[in-house]
Amino acid sequence: MNGVHDLGGMHGFGPVVREQNEPVFHSDWEKRAFAMTLTAMGRGVCNVDEFRRAIERMPPAGYLAATYYEKWLYALESLLVEKGAVTPEELANGHAAAPAPAKATGSLGGGTGVESFDDSAVKLRFDKRFKPGFKVGDRVVARNLNPEHHTRLPRYARGKRGVVRYDQGVFVFPDTHAHGQGGKPQHVYTVVFEAKELWGPDRNERAPVYLDCWEDYLERDRTAAKPAIKPATKVSGKTATNKAADKNKTTVKAPATKFAAKARMAKPAAKAVSRTRAAAAKGRTRKGHKR
Amino acid sequence: MSEGHDHHDGHDHHNAPLSEPAQRVKALEQLLVEKGLVNPQALDELIDTYERRVGPRNGARVVARAWTDPEYRKRLLDNAARAIEELGFPPGPQGEHMMVLENTPRVHNLVVCTLCSCYPWSVLGLPPAWYKSTAYRASAVNDPRGLLKEFEVDVGDKEIRVWDSSSEMRYFVIPERPAGTAGLSEDELADLVTRDSMIGTGLAKSLARRADENRAGK
Repeated sequence: MNGVHDLGGMHGFGPVVREQNEPVFHSDWEKRAFAMTLTAMGRGVCNVDEFRRAIERMPPAGYLAATYYEKWLYALESLLVEKGAVTPEELANGHAAAPAPAKATGSLGGGTGVESFDDSAVKLRFDKRFKPGFKVGDRVVARNLNPEHHTRLPRYARGKRGVVRYDQGVFVFPDTHAHGQGGKPQHVYTVVFEAKELWGPDRNERAPVYLDCWEDYLERDRTAAKPAIKPATKVSGKTATNKAADKNKTTVKAPATKFAAKARMAKPAAKAVSRTRAAAAKGRTRKGHKR
Repeated sequence: MSEGHDHHDGHDHHNAPLSEPAQRVKALEQLLVEKGLVNPQALDELIDTYERRVGPRNGARVVARAWTDPEYRKRLLDNAARAIEELGFPPGPQGEHMMVLENTPRVHNLVVCTLCSCYPWSVLGLPPAWYKSTAYRASAVNDPRGLLKEFEVDVGDKEIRVWDSSSEMRYFVIPERPAGTAGLSEDELADLVTRDSMIGTGLAKSLARRADENRAGK
C-alpha cells in the first residue's frame, strides 16, 4: 500500500533528533505494550507481517503523530479484535466476558516467556529447495507495483534498475502472509541500486542502496546487455545427493502456505536438506564481501 | 509520551492520572490475563531481558572478537547468527537471519529500515527512538552523506552503502578497528565499540576520544 509509512527518500522531516542516554523504554506502559505484543505474536495470535500491516492501516496523520509504542498498541488492539481473541466490548471494559477461543491461543499452548519464541510458529525462512529465478549478478528491475495491500517494496525503488548482489534464501511473502493468504515462499535477493538510478543523474555519487527484494518484486532487466558482475561460482558443497535433490526441486511447486512447506520439508532426506542449507549459508558469503 | 504531565505539575507522579495509552495498556493487560493469554510474570521477564540482558554490549563483544580472532571473523561472515550465538547471545526475535557488514578503508555501511523499524535486536537490543523516527527513515537512503554529517561522522569520500532492511534479514556493521589498538585486550576493545558504530551512524571510538571521555568522567 502506498502509505505514509513508506518514508524512504521523503523530505521535510527535519533533523534527526537524538536523546542523550536514552532509556530502553520511556514509561511503564511502553514496557507492558512491548511485552504483550511479543507474547501475542509468539503465541500465534498474529504474524509479523500482519502486525506491520496493522500499523500501516493507521490513519496517516495519526501514524505520523504517534510514538513507536502507540503504534504497537494500536496494532495489537486491532489485531486481537480482528483475530477474535477479544471482543471490542471486552477491550473497552478491560474484563473478559469469556475465555479466549482456542484458535487465538495458537498452537503453542505453553509458556509465554522468552523461551516460547525459539520454537514458535514464527518461521519465516525456508530451505533452498525452491528454484531461484535470479542469480547473483543478474540485472533486474523492481516492478512498478502499487498494490493496496501490504508490501515491502518501497516506492523509491519501484521501476528502478539494480543488480542482484546476494541471494538470501527463501522467505514467506509478506504481501500474502499479511493477509491470511499463505506464505507463498520465495527467494529474497539483496539488490543494489545506484544513487543516480534512484535519485537522478545529478546524484552521481557512490552511495548505493542495498534493498532486500522478494522474487515477485523483480523482473529481468531486458535492456541490459550482459550480467553486471560475474555470476557466483558454484557452491562447492553440492554433492551428488544434492544434485538429485535439485532434480526433484524443479518439480516442486511453491506450496500455498508456510505450513504446507514445513510438512514438505519433513519428508525428504533431512540430511540432504540441512547440507544444502549449510552450503547455501557458505555460498552466501563466498559470493559477497568483495570489497 | 510522558505520563500525566498534561494534568499535573509533575511533583506527584504516583497519583497523576494515567495518560490515555497507559490506561489502555493497563486495561488490556488485565483483560489478557483474565483470558489466559498473557502471564504478568512472563511479561516482567521479557521486559527485564530487553532492559538488562540484550543490548549493544552484546554486539560490542561480537565486534571485539571479530577484530582479534580471524577464525571467528570468518565464521561471523559465513553465518552471523550462529557465530553470535557462539558468544552466548541467542538469536531470539529479530536476530534469526543475520548478516554482518564490514567497514573497510573504502566502504562505509549504514543500516536503516525505511518501512518500519527493523533492527538486529540480538546484538543491539531495542532501537533508539531516532532510528525509528520519520527523519532518519526518510533521509538515510536519499542523503546518507548529509545524515552522517548530522551525526558528526566523517567518512571522507568513502563509498557509503545504505542497507534498507525491508526483509527478515537483519544487518549490523563491524566498524573499522581504531588505529593504535594492537595491544588492547578484547574487553578494552569492546569498550570502543558504540551502538551507533554498529548501525553505521558512528565510528568506533579512537583512543584519544576514549581518553577524553574518561577525563570527563563518562
